[in-house]
Amino acid sequence: MTDIFELLKGKPEDHDYMKKGVIVQGITGAYGSIHARHMIRDGTNIVAGVTPGKGGQKFEGKVPIYNTMQEAVDATNAKISIIFVPAKFFLAAAKDALEAGIKLLVAIPEHVPIRDTMLTLELAKQKGAVVIGPNTPGIIIPELIKIGIMPITPFKAGKIAVLSKSGTLLYEISDALTTAGFGQSITIGIGGDPVNGTRLVDAFEMIKDIPDLEGLVVVGEIGGDSEEILAQRIIDSGFNKPTIAYIAGRAAPKEKRMGHAGAIIMGTYGSAESKISMFNKANIPVAKRPVEVPVLLAGKMEKSG
Amino acid sequence: MRLLEFQAKELFREYGINLLDSKSSTNIEEGRKHAKELGYPFVIKIQVPVGGRGKAGGIQMCQNDDEFELKYPQVMDLTIKGEKARAILLEKMADIKNELYLSIFLNRSKRCYTIIASSDGGVEIESIKNQIIKEIGLGDVSDEVAREVAKEIGLEGKIADGFVDTLKKLSKLAIEKEAELAEINPLAIMQDDTVITLDGKFVTDDNSNFRHEELQKYQEISEIQAQAEKSGFSLVELDGNIAVVGNGAGLVMSTLDMLSDNGGKPACFLDVGGGATTESVYEALTLISKMSRVKAILVNLYGGIVKTTVVAEAFLKAYENNLIDLPVFARLKGTESEKAKEMLQGSRTKIYNSVEEAINAAVMGVKN
Repeated sequence: MTDIFELLKGKPEDHDYMKKGVIVQGITGAYGSIHARHMIRDGTNIVAGVTPGKGGQKFEGKVPIYNTMQEAVDATNAKISIIFVPAKFFLAAAKDALEAGIKLLVAIPEHVPIRDTMLTLELAKQKGAVVIGPNTPGIIIPELIKIGIMPITPFKAGKIAVLSKSGTLLYEISDALTTAGFGQSITIGIGGDPVNGTRLVDAFEMIKDIPDLEGLVVVGEIGGDSEEILAQRIIDSGFNKPTIAYIAGRAAPKEKRMGHAGAIIMGTYGSAESKISMFNKANIPVAKRPVEVPVLLAGKMEKSG
Repeated sequence: MRLLEFQAKELFREYGINLLDSKSSTNIEEGRKHAKELGYPFVIKIQVPVGGRGKAGGIQMCQNDDEFELKYPQVMDLTIKGEKARAILLEKMADIKNELYLSIFLNRSKRCYTIIASSDGGVEIESIKNQIIKEIGLGDVSDEVAREVAKEIGLEGKIADGFVDTLKKLSKLAIEKEAELAEINPLAIMQDDTVITLDGKFVTDDNSNFRHEELQKYQEISEIQAQAEKSGFSLVELDGNIAVVGNGAGLVMSTLDMLSDNGGKPACFLDVGGGATTESVYEALTLISKMSRVKAILVNLYGGIVKTTVVAEAFLKAYENNLIDLPVFARLKGTESEKAKEMLQGSRTKIYNSVEEAINAAVMGVKN
């Protein structure tokens, strides 16, 4: 299993330990430029940008722009990139990054065709790289590194891991956790697509052995069966840290896509009931409202004492 | 997008998959012409984008003109799970020996396509027994794999040949059109051992629409949906009376859940996307103003960096321009919320500190 913390923080002997370089693909686009600026403001070490045809220029007068990922990686040795290009150019951008040796690819675009995601994942597997997304808000270790589009105000450094399919619900629930005194060791946006580079169960494997982890919050939604598979893995692995789940979409009609490409119930496949009953089986309380999450977490912690 | 049966069959036919003769129509005059061309007996099948139409009386046998005149309008007038008939398909009857199940399905958790096949077809997938499941990566099915599947569900000789042929064609179709699901159910074995597709379901990946110009004719989209899409919103129309608006799919779903828990009936799911600006909120109100069933609007915005005053401006503008005359119950998480409340004082928009308060007020509001 990839050590996500080593990717995000580096090793103590690295010259850029705790400030790993990140390349922004699509840095001159409307969306990419706003979020590159925000990431820099929030303390992320943005070392380069890539926009074909704009090589040689500088972003905000500081960050060098390259035409290709190979040039950007050669110049910076960065292993992390974040993609902001329109969905129809995603596959080309992802290939460019993976071929250049990127080991952690954060895929922000929404509306990427499933086939393009699957082709990206095949290449990532060959190259030993991790893909987060697509259609994800990104990944953040609060107060250390943010590779994504989330506001930083809801997050605070701490010892709870949060995994979420949804963006705004991730902010909402992290905010509630922070307010209740539960900071986060890491939060990972899985993304709202049918096929995810990092599935809930993969994200669980990344965080389950954090030495000082005190709890886990899973924010799921209707569609697919990744929550069910995660619940089963939690049972099988004997993971015993306090865990709370939230599932959005109990009131959603069947066979309608609820905003996210992946949020659709087909027959009984993907229903909220199925997910909730699996979490119950794993002895994981499921909050009915986002604000209940910290309350249930506190209760669970008290019990496990 | 989810294709109707007759649309799926158009694609099946194009790829050489065996079908019975059939013709689709949208009115009885056209239907009469088709009846003559096909000849009795045939089946009248309603075309709706939902399952369970057989049980609801949407499939009727038809032996002669009298039955046709009676049954065609009956089937046309049905509403099944809230869906009205999009068309009527007349299809020749089949003398069948056995029914199989066959589909190529995107397995989300395994992140690959899978073949599901069974010798017991003809019922909904959930109740199909003896399923054979085979992972096939990006969807390509070799002759060898197709033979294996045929063997595993106990097919031999001419029937196996027909099955293999169908499976390979279905795979080609699924790959080329970027299907999430390509299903044949039932796949019938005829008295002469030929294999024929009786019913099909075909769902494509909406995100790949941009490279499938040829499928655009199947896109069924209401005016209001088209507008929502143009604004970059996601809209699902529901049948209640409280419109639900928010930013982010998860947050809006969560708001629908809480509203329903508290006895409210959502009129729509409207996700304006990650950010929230005066323009996007105004645009959302414009869409809602076109839904006559709406009695109140529930707004739940989580804006980490959004100024709530910016959103408040949109409400004021909407009242000022007589765009809406509905009460709005809003929870706006963001900065400057005190100032926003002041701006909205005396208007029909009320801002609440928590979504629970906004929901309760909205539910009470539509009762009065």
